[in-house]
Amino acid sequence: MTTSSVDAREQVPLPPMGAVGFARWSWRQLTSMRTALILLFLLAIASIPGSVLPQRGNDPIAVRNWIEDAPTMGPILDRLGFFEVYSSPWFSAVYLLLFISLVGCVIPRAAQHWRAMLALPPAPPRNLSRLAGTIEQTSGLDPQQVIDSAASVLRKQRWRVRVEEPAEAGSASGSSWVAAEKGYLRETGNLVFHLSLVLLLVAVAVGGLFGWKGNVIVREGRGFANTLTQYDAWGGGAFVNPATLPDFSFTLTDFRVDFERSGAQRGAPSFFEADVTYRTNVSAAEQTDVIEVNHPLEISGAKIFLVGHGYAPKFVVRDAAGKVVFDDEVPFLPQDGNFTSTGVVKAPDGTPQLGFRGLFLPTSALDDVRGPHSVFPAPDDPSVFLSAWQGDLGLDAGAPQSVYRLDTVAMTQLGLEALRPGDIWVLPNGSGSVTMTGFTRWASFQIARDPGKEFALVSAILAITGLMCSLFMRRRRVWVRATQAANGITVVQVAGLARKSTLDDLQSPSLEAELRDLANALRGPEIASSTVKEPK
Amino acid sequence: MTTTGLALASNACIYAAMVTLTLAMISFAVSFAAGRRRVAVAVAQEVPVAAGGTALLERMPTNDDSSTGRRSGNIAMSLTWLSFGLLLIGVVLRGIWAGRVPWGNMYEFSISSALGILAVFLFLSTRHDLRWLGLFITIPTLLTLGLAVTVLYTEAAQLVPALKSYWLIIHVSAAIICAGAFTLAAATAALSIVRSRAERRPGEVTGMMAKVPDAQRLQTLTYRTVAFSFPLWTFAVVAGAIWAENAWGRYWGWDPKETWAFITWVVFAAYLHARSTAGWRGDRAAWIAIIGWVSFLVNYFGVNIFVNSLHSYAGVG
Ligand code: HEM
Repeated sequence: MTTSSVDAREQVPLPPMGAVGFARWSWRQLTSMRTALILLFLLAIASIPGSVLPQRGNDPIAVRNWIEDAPTMGPILDRLGFFEVYSSPWFSAVYLLLFISLVGCVIPRAAQHWRAMLALPPAPPRNLSRLAGTIEQTSGLDPQQVIDSAASVLRKQRWRVRVEEPAEAGSASGSSWVAAEKGYLRETGNLVFHLSLVLLLVAVAVGGLFGWKGNVIVREGRGFANTLTQYDAWGGGAFVNPATLPDFSFTLTDFRVDFERSGAQRGAPSFFEADVTYRTNVSAAEQTDVIEVNHPLEISGAKIFLVGHGYAPKFVVRDAAGKVVFDDEVPFLPQDGNFTSTGVVKAPDGTPQLGFRGLFLPTSALDDVRGPHSVFPAPDDPSVFLSAWQGDLGLDAGAPQSVYRLDTVAMTQLGLEALRPGDIWVLPNGSGSVTMTGFTRWASFQIARDPGKEFALVSAILAITGLMCSLFMRRRRVWVRATQAANGITVVQVAGLARKSTLDDLQSPSLEAELRDLANALRGPEIASSTVKEPK
Repeated sequence: MTTTGLALASNACIYAAMVTLTLAMISFAVSFAAGRRRVAVAVAQEVPVAAGGTALLERMPTNDDSSTGRRSGNIAMSLTWLSFGLLLIGVVLRGIWAGRVPWGNMYEFSISSALGILAVFLFLSTRHDLRWLGLFITIPTLLTLGLAVTVLYTEAAQLVPALKSYWLIIHVSAAIICAGAFTLAAATAALSIVRSRAERRPGEVTGMMAKVPDAQRLQTLTYRTVAFSFPLWTFAVVAGAIWAENAWGRYWGWDPKETWAFITWVVFAAYLHARSTAGWRGDRAAWIAIIGWVSFLVNYFGVNIFVNSLHSYAGVG
């Protein structure tokens, strides 16, 4: 390998030849402040599409509709990852580069900071009176005493102090000084802040790999046991074994909801809550709890959140022979704020099979434009609109079917009818009958376990703490020099320098105050005068 | 007082605050336009300080404003205080009327944000002479209030269940202060850009721009304001995440509202970086601060009104 003569500290305008030189050059570019700035910008821009286009993780149905509505653009955008922006390769590339840059930037700085914390404060510049805000005063004490008392004052205020005794104490030219430094916390805070961002990323990754999340609809009076088959939807990280989910269970004993009856937010839910009884494992005793929107139930590290609710009308279906082929409550999914809900009833046991598409209206209304719809979410005037189908439900084909969709390719429509609770509809051609016997409510729960979330919270708190130190602390130095003048009087100079901070570009008023206080503390009994120097 | 009485009183206070603030804006404009060219008075190089006395260092050149300018500037400040008081009463009465914190819909967020802008401005004005900034603060505040009473007005209602949490108070109060601080930062950033353009022209700065501090100082003010609000915004986002975890079972879900909060955060982080990057400290950094403020506005108005998000509790439309 050829030796590269590139100085690591030097800014190189063009990539040098040679693999090592180029690698080094690239690394330096990647870890430069300018690159960090550009990557931060890219991160902001790359986040935007995901807020404009529907995202699969949040709303898969909207994504499907979007792609169907835009047959040319849709699939292209889909292939480019625009419907899963935050796990797309390009978004990942931006944040991974940013974090590599961050680590590459922070580690050398941490090493440098470590050395700086071990080093002694530097000696004062030769001419202290050239610094802004330097205070000069005289003292009746000799230089030695002035320096000793300065050092003790500074130590008491928790400065890092270095004292230099005069070469020849008591001689006319004797000049001694003390140097002090404070505010290392600023750089420490900055490093802690950046490193906590890395921790936060790790926490998010832990949650993604070891966490799981599922959704389930539970009807009033029914139960749920935490196994994969009971979920309507479930997703887990790469390191989760779905066979070993914690074996808790619960029953929805009662679900209560109330809606605003007047005002601008008429129809908005004013509260909803679910009474449950639960067992933390198969052999545990039964306990009770109320799950509300901001009050999940936590069992074995998993949290059960109440995320939605709806109606489940109850039907009894008889076949042509009068035999009951279906008798159950069917969850219908709300389609609008007034809970106009859709659902499907499948009765595969009849011959031929019967199927129904339904619309449940808690407060029924009918108009020419919108057809049957609900005008209020509470069940003030409930009814269902059913369309009945006869034929083959297609359940035997083997392909899994959604319980919310009726596949009517092999079926013929029998008719349409509106039913109120208690109504019976005798189907045409002696095909049987359907009765709406009533309705109940259901609640939907999200059950999630995220083992990274406490870790994420700790990282975030560390980040904020570090950030505050970084932004509000100032690294500053103070020097006191005491010189024996020819006439035997001791001249004391108190000077300081604040490093860049929130107060940069300006003189630091608080450093001025510190210098002033220090000068006052050093003032002996016989003082002539003191002078403050302004910057030239 | 009856419920409707409270509502009427609250609305009356908000309207009165708007009228007062309009007068304040006019006075600020008069004071801005009336001043003669500022004469920089050199400050003594060495200020002898009496023993034990405090060394008061004059840092700003004194303003040699015309007396009209100064008087209307003072009147404007008083009017702004008055408007702040009225607005505060209006917001509090709204809360009493609704029987909860007044942060349930966009109308309430908007009047509270207007209060936040004035609060940050007035707080800083007790420490610095900010009369030159008043015009650029009263304008966005009035726009916010105008939008609130015309487009966004809603009757008080119960909070939707997701909002019933003490995290609401923590999260939203931090966000409201940030609204004020980001607006202030954007105003000083914009002024610093115009001012530095004026400074680059040959000769002394004249006209309106002579009335504002020099670009360097404006940039520093912007930086200070962002340095104050960035940790607060970080906190607001974290509080929001805790709340989301409590309500929906995940602390972060890239919902549009969350995404734009993140974008705002990243842009202001970029601003702080730019302040430490050679070649980026001046106008470019100022532009980034303005972009940060715009993304805050996108989050507030854009996402609440146009995007279907879990957070769509705006109560409009
Ligand atoms: C996740 C990405 C990052 C975020 C959100 C971020 C955020 C911040 C913030 C808010 C500050 C201001 C705090 C202060 O001024 O002390 C800051 C400062 C700083 N950042 Fe970053 N940063 C990121 C990545 C990086 C990277 C990749 C580098 C290295 C190239 C870097 C280097 C620095 C340095 C050197 C400072 C201190 C500047 C100063 O002394 O004023 N940061 N960062």
